[in-house]
Parts: sequence; C-alpha cells; structure tokens
Amino acid sequence: MSEPITDFTTIVPFWKPRVTPVELDKASKEQLDAMKVTPSDTGVGEYVLVLAHDPKTLKERTPLFNGIMYSHGGLSRTETELGAVAASLVNRCIYCAAVHSDRYNQLSKDETVIEGIFDSGENADLDPRQQAIYNFATKLSQCPPEADGADMKQLTDAGLGMDEIFDLVLTASLFGWANRLMHVLGDPIPREA
Amino acid sequence: MDDIFTSVVVESAGISANHPLAAVLGGRGEVMQLTQASHAAALKPEPPGGLSHGERAALACRMARLNDEETLARHYEAMIPEGSEPLFMADPAFIGGDDNRTKAILRHTDLVTTNPKQASEGDISALKDAGIPEPDIVRLSELIAFVGYQVRVVKGLRLMTAAA
Repeated sequence: MSEPITDFTTIVPFWKPRVTPVELDKASKEQLDAMKVTPSDTGVGEYVLVLAHDPKTLKERTPLFNGIMYSHGGLSRTETELGAVAASLVNRCIYCAAVHSDRYNQLSKDETVIEGIFDSGENADLDPRQQAIYNFATKLSQCPPEADGADMKQLTDAGLGMDEIFDLVLTASLFGWANRLMHVLGDPIPREA
Repeated sequence: MDDIFTSVVVESAGISANHPLAAVLGGRGEVMQLTQASHAAALKPEPPGGLSHGERAALACRMARLNDEETLARHYEAMIPEGSEPLFMADPAFIGGDDNRTKAILRHTDLVTTNPKQASEGDISALKDAGIPEPDIVRLSELIAFVGYQVRVVKGLRLMTAAA
C-alpha cells in the first residue's frame, strides 16, 4: 500500500480508514437509516461506513453539511469552496483540501488562486474579496479562533453582506468539524494505489 | 426545536428574535435547527455508548475552555452532574491521573481540539491501546469535531453582532 500523501494537491486522493468501517451487511437499522442521505461526494463510502459507528451524529450532520454547502442565496458556491479550502489548510486535511480546491477550480475556471494559496498561503496574490474571505476563514479556524473586528471589517469593506458573512462563518466552522473527522480517522492515499 | 433563538449557538452569541441579524439567521433556519439537533446527538445520545453524558459534557466544557469560549464552557459545565467523576475532565489542567482510559481520551481531545494538523495514525492506535472500542473512538471524534464547529459558529456570530 502506498504511503499517505503529505503535500496539498487538487487531485482527490483515496481515503484509507484508521478505524474498521461498519460492515454494510451487518449494519443496524439505525445505521442504515443514518447512511441513507449521503453528501454528494464520490468515493467516501468507507468514510460514511466509519461514521456509521455513531449513527446519531451522522444522521444530523449529512443534511447540515448539504444545507451549508449547497443552499441557494448567500455566499456563492465558488466563494464557499474557498472558505472550505482555507479551513482545510489550517487543519492540514489533505483530503478535504483536495476535494474543495478541485471544486473551486471547476467553478471559478481559474486555477491561479488555489496555486497561489498552496504556494504562498496568506501571501498569495488574491483580489481584495478573495483575500478577505481567505483571511477570515483562516483565522476563525485557529484554536482559539483568531478572527476579530478588523477581519470582519475587511469582509464588509470588500462588499460582503451579512448573509454572505454568515455563510462564510458556517462554512469555515463546518470544516472545523469535517477536517477533525477526515484527517484524524483516516489517511489520504494516492488513487493509483 | 423550531425556535432557532433558543438554540445553544444563537443564545450563546446573544442574539434575540428582535435583533437586526434575526432575518439573516432565519435565512439559514434549517441549518440552525440541524446544529441544535447535532448538539443533542453529540452530547445526549440515547444510548450513550461508552462515553457517558457526564463525560461528554465535561469534555465539551474542556474544549470550550481551550478555545477561550467561556459562554459555551458555562453551558457545558451546567450539564455535568454535580459531584460526579467527569467534572475533573472539564479542567484543561487535569490530564487523567492514574487512569489510562481517561488519560488517552484527554490527550486525544486536547490534540484534536488545539492542533488537529498534528494528528496521525499513532494517535488512533493510542486510543485502541488504551482499550477504547472503535465505535467509541468514532463517538469521541464526532464530539470533538462538533464542538470544533460550534465554538466557531458562536465566535463568528458574535463578531457579526458587533459589526451589524
């Protein structure tokens, strides 16, 4: 088996669990019910089967995830993905960073933003709106969170409305959750493996 | 739980139904309701598995303190049964005493809360070596991850109220 990937990439890896997944044919009714609504990700079968050990949180988290990432209105899909990438970089979740940087690139049709962030982090050459979103999500993802009034002002100065800022808060926070599962409970492995 | 203004995150951020941000929150009412439902699922699941409700509340309180989130810490502290064993776990200075299971749980909770990027394969092995069954490792992971989400939503909402 290949070694885990340690550098950020936009190529979505395979996820190898560190905890034995629930066996589908032995899953309880509650586990099956919790797994029914799955995120529109591909290749996370093993991930969902690991989380099925705790069906009560899985059942709530899946619609919560979709509600934050894919609802209409508020922050655009592209900028939501940028917030997800920023959090995943702080928490060094290679898998989540790959999925969401790839989505960002597809939606924005511009690969220079992610390239810049992967290469230079906060020094990347971003436009003011991208910079404000990236900074805020990065700072909110620290422990303790470091976002402050100046970061909030940067967002409003860049033209974000409160509905957009709320979506950014939810997205960065959501990846404070998702990264702590994906990065902790498994390893990103090259797909060719 | 239809009233998002009585939910833990919205109350902790000090936002009431007549606040200027009420409409913005209402626009994500379903997400707020699912956030509250997740709180119940992570803190008070029935049956609780190998992590008691008291331990869950104490760990959540500990994590809120590690995040300097005093309002949430008080909320969780109030959920710990008085005079119970888990109360110790809420204090970040307590690292488990002589009990291997408690030591392993606290070490993992602190690592994933404060420095998740450093978590590795060996950290999951350490939990297994301490005799913690795999379903409980996932339950603990979900609790840690949920609180990681919740403290940031509260912090973000509070920054929004200051700017609104």
